[in-house]
Amino acid sequence: MDVGSTAPIAVERPSSDVRPDLPWVTIVWNDPVNLMSYVTYVFQTVFGYTREKAEKLMLDVHRKGRAVVSSGTREEMERDVQILHSYGLWATLQPDSVK
Amino acid sequence: MSSGFSQGTKGGVVADLEPTEVALLRQLVSMVLGLVAPGQTGDDPLERALGIGTGEAPSDPVLARLFPSAYEDDQEASEFRRYTEATLRDGKRADAQTVLDTAEPGRTELTADQAQAWMRALNDVRLALGTRLEVTEEIHDELARMSEDDPRYPAFVTYDWLTYLQDSLVRALW
Repeated sequence: MDVGSTAPIAVERPSSDVRPDLPWVTIVWNDPVNLMSYVTYVFQTVFGYTREKAEKLMLDVHRKGRAVVSSGTREEMERDVQILHSYGLWATLQPDSVK
Repeated sequence: MSSGFSQGTKGGVVADLEPTEVALLRQLVSMVLGLVAPGQTGDDPLERALGIGTGEAPSDPVLARLFPSAYEDDQEASEFRRYTEATLRDGKRADAQTVLDTAEPGRTELTADQAQAWMRALNDVRLALGTRLEVTEEIHDELARMSEDDPRYPAFVTYDWLTYLQDSLVRALW
């Protein structure tokens, strides 16, 4: 499915960060505005998840207040967060080890 | 209201809206378009040309919700914002503009791309209005109990209508 022509592009980070590429995660936080149907649809569209997996993640966000929705390198997670922000979801990224 | 969206061809949808609904939608989307106007850039002319922002988090709760921080750490959030917020603003403005360009009373065919833009734009309007009204997840029940004389009533009814409209669009796209 087409994610739309307005999806943000990845931005190069002028960084001296030389730490090894530890896994990072993208987290989506619960909010009272985003619809359950919409959040499920966005997870399917952005990540290509099955409806079942997208619904489970949406329910995790709804019931637990947050859920890890993707993992990878820091750059990949920054890209995911940017796309989720374009859909109005409340997303952040952090190293996988942080609780 | 029986209006809303239905499945179209080639991944698109058909919008069916009353003239009053189109007028209200245009008004709301125009307000969001004003909210997401180009942000402040730094003083450096090159940074200005590239749309690199100041990295400051918006103090207004609506803008803070439309442009959330990507990191819990303020410094990292600011750095990310500096390089990405202009793109995010451009996307939101393009989505809003698509709605303004295509919203017509009656039945209107929207392409798959246009439908996606409508979905994001409707969500931006709901985020802006919902944040301003400080809605909770019980908004629908709250509205059912609310007196029509309540000064918040018209805005809550509008929000509830937008919720219905967005849900209808998502289901037409699925």
